[in-house]
Amino acid sequence: MVPLSWYMMLSIAVFVIGVFGFLSRRNIIIVFMSIELMLNAVNINLISLSHYLQDMRGQILAFFVIAVAAAEAAIGLAIVIALFRNKATAHVDEVKEMQG
Amino acid sequence: MIQQLFFAYFAFVIVVLSLLVITRKNPVHSVLWMLLLFFHIASLYLLLNAEFMAAIQVIVYAGGILVLFLFAVFILNIREELRINKFIGAWPTGLTFAVGLLVVIIMSIKSFIAAPPGIYSIDLIKQETHTKALGKLLYTEFLYPFEVTSLILLVAIIGAIVLAKRRLKS
Repeated sequence: MVPLSWYMMLSIAVFVIGVFGFLSRRNIIIVFMSIELMLNAVNINLISLSHYLQDMRGQILAFFVIAVAAAEAAIGLAIVIALFRNKATAHVDEVKEMQG
Repeated sequence: MIQQLFFAYFAFVIVVLSLLVITRKNPVHSVLWMLLLFFHIASLYLLLNAEFMAAIQVIVYAGGILVLFLFAVFILNIREELRINKFIGAWPTGLTFAVGLLVVIIMSIKSFIAAPPGIYSIDLIKQETHTKALGKLLYTEFLYPFEVTSLILLVAIIGAIVLAKRRLKS
């Protein structure tokens, strides 16, 4: 039997890698992929907790996370296409009209 | 023992593939590594007795979301992408933040206290099958959130069309 903390460690590792990619990549599509990475890390955590606590609710929550991730990917990539059409760039550091 | 070996393999490959995803210069390579990553995560769900989640991981993520990503990658200029630096100038800030988050969460893992176990033991799930148990719960106790999810998907469809359609006048 694999201890629960191993799954948590794996989930943390993937989540932190996602955070790093989200904060440091220049290409906005990779930034979106980092978000997917973080959502997957959360799903690993939810499903392992659901297995070890013998409760289905974690998997229901992971199910909703997957649905929201699909919606988020569709909206996010539509924003990328709109950005690319207006600015002809996909780099996050070249979009600074709001002085951010 | 064999379970731990399998877990070690999957954990190692998942971490390596996540690193590959965020460090490749070519976005197409990133997307393809991510495809492999999703298959490994689905196998990890199988280790956790969650067959239905493994199936929708493959179908929704690998079959749906990654295809969307591939389409979006194709509008990029790959040649320019390969020439410039892949990280923004402030990447040490991101690294510091990520390492700090890692340390904080690992320190907080010790204080985790497990709740008393619920009714869905492995024997019950085996007897009832996983998909049926999940579906029963989803369509009774979680019916309202399930309907809200359908609304979210509707908003996503309409929003994606509105955002991505070409403006006729301007």
